[in-house]
Amino acid sequence: MQKMPVWADVILIPLVSLLLAALLSAAVIVGIGEDPQAALNLMISGALGSTYGWGYTLYYATNFIFTGLAVSVAFHAKLFNIGGEGQAMLGGLGVALVALYIPWPHWSFALIGCTIGAALLGAAWAYIPAILQAKRGSHIVITTIMFNFIAFALLNYLLVNVMRPAGSMDPATASFPEATHLPTLHMLLEPFGIKFSKAAPANVSLVVALLAAVFVWLLIWRTRLGYEIRAFGHSESAARYAGINPVRITVIAMMVSGALAGMMSLNTTMGEGERLILNSTEGAGFIGIAVALMGRSHPVGVVVASILFGFLYQGGAELALWTSIPRDLIVVIQALVILFTGALDNMVRMPLERLILMFGRKEG
Amino acid sequence: MFDVLTDLLTVLDSTMRLSTPLLLACLAGLFSERAGIFDIGLEGKMLAAAFFSAALAYVTENVWLGLAAGIGASMLLSLLHGVASITFRGNQLISGVAINFLAAGMTVLIAQSWFKQGGRTPALLSGGRFENITLPFADALSVIPIIGPFYKEVVSGHTILVYVALLMVPLTWWVLFRTRFGLRLRAVGEAPEAVDTAGVSVIGMRYSAVIICGVLCGIAGAYMATGLQAGFVKDMTAGRGYIALAALIFAKWRPWYALSSCLLFGFLQAVALRPDLIKGYLGFEVQVQLLDALPYILTVIILAGFVGKAIPPRAGGEPYVKER
Repeated sequence: MQKMPVWADVILIPLVSLLLAALLSAAVIVGIGEDPQAALNLMISGALGSTYGWGYTLYYATNFIFTGLAVSVAFHAKLFNIGGEGQAMLGGLGVALVALYIPWPHWSFALIGCTIGAALLGAAWAYIPAILQAKRGSHIVITTIMFNFIAFALLNYLLVNVMRPAGSMDPATASFPEATHLPTLHMLLEPFGIKFSKAAPANVSLVVALLAAVFVWLLIWRTRLGYEIRAFGHSESAARYAGINPVRITVIAMMVSGALAGMMSLNTTMGEGERLILNSTEGAGFIGIAVALMGRSHPVGVVVASILFGFLYQGGAELALWTSIPRDLIVVIQALVILFTGALDNMVRMPLERLILMFGRKEG
Repeated sequence: MFDVLTDLLTVLDSTMRLSTPLLLACLAGLFSERAGIFDIGLEGKMLAAAFFSAALAYVTENVWLGLAAGIGASMLLSLLHGVASITFRGNQLISGVAINFLAAGMTVLIAQSWFKQGGRTPALLSGGRFENITLPFADALSVIPIIGPFYKEVVSGHTILVYVALLMVPLTWWVLFRTRFGLRLRAVGEAPEAVDTAGVSVIGMRYSAVIICGVLCGIAGAYMATGLQAGFVKDMTAGRGYIALAALIFAKWRPWYALSSCLLFGFLQAVALRPDLIKGYLGFEVQVQLLDALPYILTVIILAGFVGKAIPPRAGGEPYVKER
């Protein structure tokens, strides 16, 4: 059977899917009596028109890079990690423990420490579903969903009953000490003479996220382990015959995935909140699914898709501020992207494939 | 001090109410998963049904029209799931995730556009809600100790949808295990190639299962908005679709066990609403968060196979491709 050229698979199909999602989103905006063109203009000027807008766009994008990479790594092993949300919550707990209870001399050391804390707890939270799937055959999708709820209950308990400072009413930890506060992009870019908004929350974790993307690329395509993960994802039985241990691969892939999801909290909890609050993840764990699907589980695709979703998030916030379109529009767009790039992939792929192969034959 | 019987009856009464949406959604999932279509979109379908039933019941002041609208909305999402996972052989889990988000976003968008009350419907008045039904002899029998009050407080005095949900249990059992349709439906979830060889359409069977799932989720959502509460609020299903999924695994995909697992999870929810009673009877406080997490923890333990093994239908999650 003939195959489609690579460019069609990697660029054309996601673009067509995205276009379909965008068209339907526009239809939804028309349906609730608003003007999609005006909405798009407002989103662009709000999210990309100023360094303030860019600061928020990149802040959100940082979250999505982490969670998108997390889902991608699991996808490569053909595991569907819906538990990014819970793993990110536990990552936040790791950040809070490290930042609050260890006296750090400088933010750079604190960042390394918190990264380890977040990755460890995130990985630990993914370890249990992974080992249950590998050893006892319980379905990882169901267990990771359950673990999201358990993580929320656990965090709720810890923040209300244990970690909340005396006299405070809201369920949150105390503010982290000054030395752990991460520099924002404003501070990082100032020495280079670039003026970046002071108020925007984008911070040095963006660099960590990009490093993580490089790490994932190296891991998946340039190491033996990555090869094993991909082989396992393509065919479990073939991998087994090749001497790849399925338990080991499942557990490692899920723990890397959980660690990446947990590291998201570097951005929200350490970078922006500077204390751990109950709902710091804000659904970013789920957006990772959309990002990974759209980015075809490749780090470059994930980064591009994350910036797009960062734009949607910040643009959506601007819409909610200036028009009567609620922020939930973003949830709809997110759903449509997941639908078209994920579940309805074949609907887009099959006709395109036929079309391209037809033209290919004429030329040949 | 505490009046044990009164307290118990109050908790059991709210157990009945809280179990109903779980039970309907659980049976919905049972039909779908028995036919080999995994459905993690139960939550979204309930939410969509809750909104549209409340919206229509408010506008028309007729709760039955609301129920029909809820079922219709839920069935539309079911069909979307069917198109994605049966016709286009997409990933059923991803489709379910998409449906959950679609419902979560669209309900608020439409609610805001129609009613302008911050993503909710106005509170439903009497005509827009299902009324509680007092079963015959409830008062006359209440003089009999234990059984009388139990009948009056727990069994009687619910909306019709509660009884519909309870009747669905034997009906589901009968359809699945005593009819030809049920045999085929279960076969499609275990060995679709065998069903295909016998000349029965796998696609047709799976679509009917998915549509039944939509109808039941629709009733569940309508009950949430027009029976349990009076109107729709943002994200009002609050994870019940996932608890129903947990109950389904807990019940190992069997109708009667589904009833008991839903009653158990409903009971946990009912107890979580009364922390004063827990403290009063047990003498110590049980963290509400622990009670909230208990259904999920129990499911994980069951899934791990420590209390009997839960084996899903064999062809579950796999799109069927006819051999050429």
